[in-house]
Amino acid sequence: MPQPPEQQAPPVQRLRIRYAKRGRLRFTSHRDFSRAFERAVFRARIPMAYSSGFNPHPRISYANAAPTGSASEAEYLEIALAQVVDPADVHAQLDEALPPGLDVLEVVVSAGGSLSDRLEASRWRIGTAVPLAEATAAVAAFLATESVPVSRMTKKGVREFDCRTPVVTFEAVLPDGAGEAGTPGSLVELDLLLRHTVPSVRPDDVLTGLKAVSGLDVGEAPRLTRLAQGPYDEETGLVGDPLEA
Amino acid sequence: MPAAAPASVFPRLEPKLPSVSKPIQYVGGELNSTVKEWDCGDATDEGVTVRWALMYPDAYEVGLPNQGVQILYEVLNERDWIVAERTYSVWPDMEAVLRAGDAQGPIPQFTVDAHRPVRAFDVFGLSFSTELGYTNMLTALDLAGIPLHAVDRTEDDPIVLAGGHAAFNPEPVADFLDAAVLGDGEEIVLAISDVVREWKQQGRPGNDALGLGPRDELLRRLAVSGGVYVPKFYDVDYLPDGQIAAVVPTLAGVPHRVRKHTLMDLDAWPYPAKPLVPLAETVHERFSVEIFRGCTRGCRFCQAGMITRPVRERSIETIGAMVENGIRKSGFEEVGLLSLSSADHTEIADVAKGLADRYEGSNVSLSLPSTRVDAFNINLANEFSRNGRRSGLTFAPEGGSERMRKVINKMVTEEDLIRTVAAAYSHGWRQVKLYFMCGLPTETDEDVLQIADLAKRVIAKGREVTGRNDIRCTVSIGGFVPKPHTPFQWASQLDHETTDERLRKLRELVRQDKKFARAIGFRYHDGKPGIVEGLLSRGDRRVGRIIEEVWRDGGRFDGWSEHFSFERWMAATERGLAGTGIDLDWLTTRERGYDEVLPWDHLDSGLDKDWLWADWEDALAVADGSSDVEVEDCRWTPCYDCGVCPEMNTEIQIGPTGQKLLPLSVV
Repeated sequence: MPQPPEQQAPPVQRLRIRYAKRGRLRFTSHRDFSRAFERAVFRARIPMAYSSGFNPHPRISYANAAPTGSASEAEYLEIALAQVVDPADVHAQLDEALPPGLDVLEVVVSAGGSLSDRLEASRWRIGTAVPLAEATAAVAAFLATESVPVSRMTKKGVREFDCRTPVVTFEAVLPDGAGEAGTPGSLVELDLLLRHTVPSVRPDDVLTGLKAVSGLDVGEAPRLTRLAQGPYDEETGLVGDPLEA
Repeated sequence: MPAAAPASVFPRLEPKLPSVSKPIQYVGGELNSTVKEWDCGDATDEGVTVRWALMYPDAYEVGLPNQGVQILYEVLNERDWIVAERTYSVWPDMEAVLRAGDAQGPIPQFTVDAHRPVRAFDVFGLSFSTELGYTNMLTALDLAGIPLHAVDRTEDDPIVLAGGHAAFNPEPVADFLDAAVLGDGEEIVLAISDVVREWKQQGRPGNDALGLGPRDELLRRLAVSGGVYVPKFYDVDYLPDGQIAAVVPTLAGVPHRVRKHTLMDLDAWPYPAKPLVPLAETVHERFSVEIFRGCTRGCRFCQAGMITRPVRERSIETIGAMVENGIRKSGFEEVGLLSLSSADHTEIADVAKGLADRYEGSNVSLSLPSTRVDAFNINLANEFSRNGRRSGLTFAPEGGSERMRKVINKMVTEEDLIRTVAAAYSHGWRQVKLYFMCGLPTETDEDVLQIADLAKRVIAKGREVTGRNDIRCTVSIGGFVPKPHTPFQWASQLDHETTDERLRKLRELVRQDKKFARAIGFRYHDGKPGIVEGLLSRGDRRVGRIIEEVWRDGGRFDGWSEHFSFERWMAATERGLAGTGIDLDWLTTRERGYDEVLPWDHLDSGLDKDWLWADWEDALAVADGSSDVEVEDCRWTPCYDCGVCPEMNTEIQIGPTGQKLLPLSVV
């Protein structure tokens, strides 16, 4: 008779990790990433703490993953370990074990509390194919509107929600190295600061709303990159570092 | 003149990816994948690069884990003058996107490694595990811009080459192929590469003496080697009754029969050594080691067992080293020990114990994909599940009645089975899966209905030995399809109406008995796809028109029930065979005779046709009770004359080596 396996030892250390999804690997879905990450911790021989039960799993908590297809410089997760290790070693070992494009950026010992609770807002950069003047006018029109209803297909069917309220700042900017500001015809990026809400509003929802308000079409497949996410400071209007103690 | 390296199509693809399902399957970048310079051969003495696009003609999630493609990809890429990249079937949504294309026009079929267009390669190699991938080949050719018919191709098109088990009868796709190879691919892909390299180095010559253009000259050089089948160098003539009169080579030096390839010494070829690990979810999330090739059991229905002879084992030490290397390089914690009948490895008990010891206390788990019905397997399964998992055990009696099992030469008695499942249940398993076939030669309703009795006895025994009521047994049934190069290659295939009726009766019988109905799960497919598989398995060149008709009518992914359309196949068969005098029944449910020239007779699997015929007659004699002959297993008893070893100049390679796996030193 198989007995239920013995209880696994409780974790002795928790590490929080910031990682990036870059280039073509931005098409990795969250499920794909979590399988790849589980294989990576095994390959890297990280002394993971495992869940108890017949089918033990390494203890990994993911927080607020970016949608499939968007790149990110600021994805977060937490791992629980059975031994105390040097975060710098884990950083090097994990980065080696993950394919290029899924890159480990920071590994720190957890400061306690809930990681996902500290992720209150995100800063996004959206690559577009439209000239500055048009983009600036469209963004101004969007910001001047109080409520912009959009709908999107979710697992529960088509949901309608307001995409304006969570937008804190929204601005058309020239990409780095784009040359002299205001050069006619130069293409712009949209800088967007979005608070995390329920239901969650994604940057592509904002683009849908932008089009609804202004008629601006940012192109077939705008490139979305999350630059930062973390605690939101009402006073400064900035996104902080969620790994800070 | 060397052509410039073709541009990657990725920049054209990238803006389209957010609009297709599971875009990750098209981006490549898998762990352990290889991207080489297009002209990597420039730096070699010959100064020539040979380039292969390898395709598994099914969706990425099915194709990526395929061992055959992974092995050849690695073997080829190890040469500094060969580039090998992979491509898979794109889903219909992506097909529409590629056809719609962009400002530059349609986007071609591409490789996932460097996103190069498939048409730019020298060889386009397809691995066919099943005939149901044929329509997907046509999609890939068409998307690649390669003419569907071999005769229409030019110097700008790759050599379209088929391998895999289905290539043992490539006649239904002969019009679409430039070449086919039979058997193990490791050595022949290198031999083909050598021929292509030499021909390219010579400046791609034609052959004026024989009146051949450059492309046909390359094909001729491959054909005269004796190990590559080039269909267009053979003429097929038909008799008035529709049978084949003869298949004759049309070019000097091209052999009458083309031989299969057999890799000897598997220890010298420990691939995959760099297992591909995808980001996308696939059908096999594990690392697999092939512990031997070939099978000696002599099951008459089994094409794989017949065409992969003789049996060749990997040694326990190589298996141990491959497992350790594979899990470290891939990060998979599940290991499968692959073969046609893994429990038959001469040292399987030591392999199982050695691996279980090595990985004791870790989360590495082991599995055997196919198990024989005997108590020995329970011990093995115990070793394999030491770390606590008891999911389910699968046994394959294949035939429902004792008579049927004798006909197919699957020597398992009902008592064996009951004893085995009793052991399984008493060791803590709660679920047993039994696999059977329906439609075997000489089968009657009664043979199939006995499956119900067997399943009930299994449940009753399980309840008895455990004293529990939560015992389950799943009965899984597949339709039998007669395959080339087996003793059943002459058999009549059961029509789908009778198959469905038999399965309906069985289902009724299982449901009737309230004591057992809820403990027995019943899984089966209707008989229609089996008829199409049968048409493609034993078809001749006339079937090519049917495949093309189906494809033109939108047929794709025929192995997927949600895409398969029997009606489309039937309508296409009607149109495709018009004027030939033969029909679907002639190709599927008709029993063939001894004198008939079979479409694959010129393809040499090493099996002696007279031996196959004698074995077929034995099966029929066993069926009517006039004989009780049993074919022995040549792994344990001396050779039984199937013909492969003498014909192919090979021999069985088995242990025991007497070695044991030592504990791994801690890093």
